[in-house]
Amino acid sequence: MQQNLNEITFLFSEPGKLTSVREMSPDDIFSNSIIAFLSALSFELIKSPKVRQYSDVATFAFFCRKANLMSLKRKYTDIGIRLGRGVVFHIAPSNVPVNFAYSMIAGILSGNINIVRVPSKLFEQVDIICEAVTKVAQNHDFIEITNRLFIVRYDRQNEATSKLSSLCDVRVIWGGDDTIAQIRKSILPARSYDVTFADRYSFAAINADKFILEQNTNKIAENFFNDTYLFDQNACSAPRLIIWTGTNENIMKAKERFWSAIELKIQQYELSPALSVDKLSTLYIQSQDKAEIKREIPANNKLWRINVSELTHDIDKYRCAGGYFLEYNAVSLKELVKIVNRKYQTMAYYGYEKEELSELVKGLRFNGIDRIVPIGKTTDFGLIWDGFDLIKVLSRECVIS
Amino acid sequence: MNNVMDIEELLLIEPYSLAKDQKAELLTTELKKLTNLHYHNSEKYKRMMDAIGLNIETIKTYYDLPFLPVRMFKEFELLSVSKEEIVKTMTSSGTTGQQVSKIFLDRETSSNQTKVLTKIVSDFLGKKRVPMLILDCSAIVKDRNIFSARGAGILGFSMFGSKRLYALDENMKLDIDNIRTFLSEHEGEPIFMFGFTFMIWQHYYKELLASGFRPDLSNAILIHGGGWKKLLSESVSPNEFKCKLNKVCGIDKNHIHDYYGMVEQTGTIYMECECGHLHASVFSDVIIRRSSDFSVANIGEKGIIEVVSILPKSYPGHALLTEDEGLILGEDDCPCGRLGKYFQIVGRIKNAEIRGCSDTYATKFE
Repeated sequence: MQQNLNEITFLFSEPGKLTSVREMSPDDIFSNSIIAFLSALSFELIKSPKVRQYSDVATFAFFCRKANLMSLKRKYTDIGIRLGRGVVFHIAPSNVPVNFAYSMIAGILSGNINIVRVPSKLFEQVDIICEAVTKVAQNHDFIEITNRLFIVRYDRQNEATSKLSSLCDVRVIWGGDDTIAQIRKSILPARSYDVTFADRYSFAAINADKFILEQNTNKIAENFFNDTYLFDQNACSAPRLIIWTGTNENIMKAKERFWSAIELKIQQYELSPALSVDKLSTLYIQSQDKAEIKREIPANNKLWRINVSELTHDIDKYRCAGGYFLEYNAVSLKELVKIVNRKYQTMAYYGYEKEELSELVKGLRFNGIDRIVPIGKTTDFGLIWDGFDLIKVLSRECVIS
Repeated sequence: MNNVMDIEELLLIEPYSLAKDQKAELLTTELKKLTNLHYHNSEKYKRMMDAIGLNIETIKTYYDLPFLPVRMFKEFELLSVSKEEIVKTMTSSGTTGQQVSKIFLDRETSSNQTKVLTKIVSDFLGKKRVPMLILDCSAIVKDRNIFSARGAGILGFSMFGSKRLYALDENMKLDIDNIRTFLSEHEGEPIFMFGFTFMIWQHYYKELLASGFRPDLSNAILIHGGGWKKLLSESVSPNEFKCKLNKVCGIDKNHIHDYYGMVEQTGTIYMECECGHLHASVFSDVIIRRSSDFSVANIGEKGIIEVVSILPKSYPGHALLTEDEGLILGEDDCPCGRLGKYFQIVGRIKNAEIRGCSDTYATKFE
């Protein structure tokens, strides 16, 4: 084993301890010591001055605070005896700095021994979180928990991935379809399994009849900005298509108000030059599709809006990061049945009742759409992700009858 | 027939003879004509233009014409004539695994490319053919059906040679014996040397240096192209390139000309003058665009390079957005005396480092 670990950097813990991971005991889900450890971590992060520069770290710290963990715990009170599955190997996506931490938290809360691979690209957010973990771990009360945690970074993956895969009970992979296919070449032990968070597609729906009554369009625009531009419209949960419903007149008015508010909001957004060329290429590629498209005359390259004349089944193919939005005026949300497939993850909405949305999902029985959240909430982490209950999928139930 | 006459007449214009306004008038007329032609003859091009809402009537200058990213020729087979009329298909030199561009040439477009290339190069080389030393190996042009960019470049420039010798053998080793014989046969005559920048450095300069052989090429003119990416990664500047070549074979630094060109617009190349500036001829132009909104950048301002050319008739490649960045140094006032814009290449557009969870690290796997 040792020869394969040379290329691995340990940001937390040490290689020597890895040899015994399969002999370590898991914990109860949401055990008191777990919650104590995580709330200490939350406290450590919140008081760090660096956190102010990174809203994503602050959000993470906020997620780990005791009150939130206790309220999450309440949802898992009557689910029998549940222990961690064992060793969970997390492979974080390469370009979202804090994602690894949420994956890690899900692994810790569900009582596991966790080996977390952070992006090989260097992010200060990763360092801040790892430093905080190290600091909290100095408290001897947490020794049992911190013995179960490894945070690693490595660049050339194949051998290290194979070695770590051979040790785990669950492998959690965040990444594009190609990455997942590559990682799956590393064999898992017979009873182990993968939980994959693959490339997904997300969209938004706005009820124009309601939107024109909205007093605070700037707030909605800010929320939408956080869903999209904040992560270059490149997060899986970022809307790429906007479905408008309502009367034609209201849709026109609503669009006008919505997009002018967005234009204001994106003045500070910096678009990378390569994305400008990508947008033009995407537009021309999409122009060959069956559906007729027409680009609204853009003020600049930060925001491109493309009207599509119909919803074709492969509309999710035509996407570009950095502010490329397809728009479609629908008669009703029922038209979604034409496009929703397994790739669909998040539907962000404005102006619909929850009952209406749940009727829609039950009535149309889509193969996709795992979450329907208000605009502004698409990047919020939850323990239910991509249709998985992370606590359940990362734990083992012992039945006593 | 009228159209054909037109272009024949145009090709009589001296390549660096038109000042700004005259050239703009010519390009606007010709490029609008081409936009119309492709709109009506290429269904794919038409759909692209419809998507951006092109209205050709409202176009006042060639600066306002839509441009296609060069990547489009990798995505689609774009042509404005029927496939039977295609006499040559050019492909880009994509690295393995990448899609290659395909450029479809009919007889007319192909022949116009040759004519324009001749006019431009003659301005530097003179009208008479001279013995030519090709700083590459002959294997690269063996397959005549598929024209790779490197092979096409060599073949295109070969017409300026009265006699030709490939300086490298099949193993990319310098063929010193044959070079010696060739040069003694042509003692006193001017020699035309041609090759690709990196190949010249790697297989000509470095090998000459190591061999100790010092041919006398003080009478030679070298034209080279293909870009600086690899040389810059070895920290070799254009000036150092010239100095070092001068040291190993005596070639005059003022007789070394880089050129900028691409397979998507063969013929209308941009030659480097004695002052080290790349020049646009009357048959084509460069427009520097701001990436923020594609508006036209000022002189001296860096941006994405658009190239326009009046030659592409069989395929809609008359206005293209490259993946290179550059800047205009000036127009009509280069000390070398040539009219038209002169400019400088800065490099490739950097690949975006973007946030979000669609991953980039699959490429790191072997």
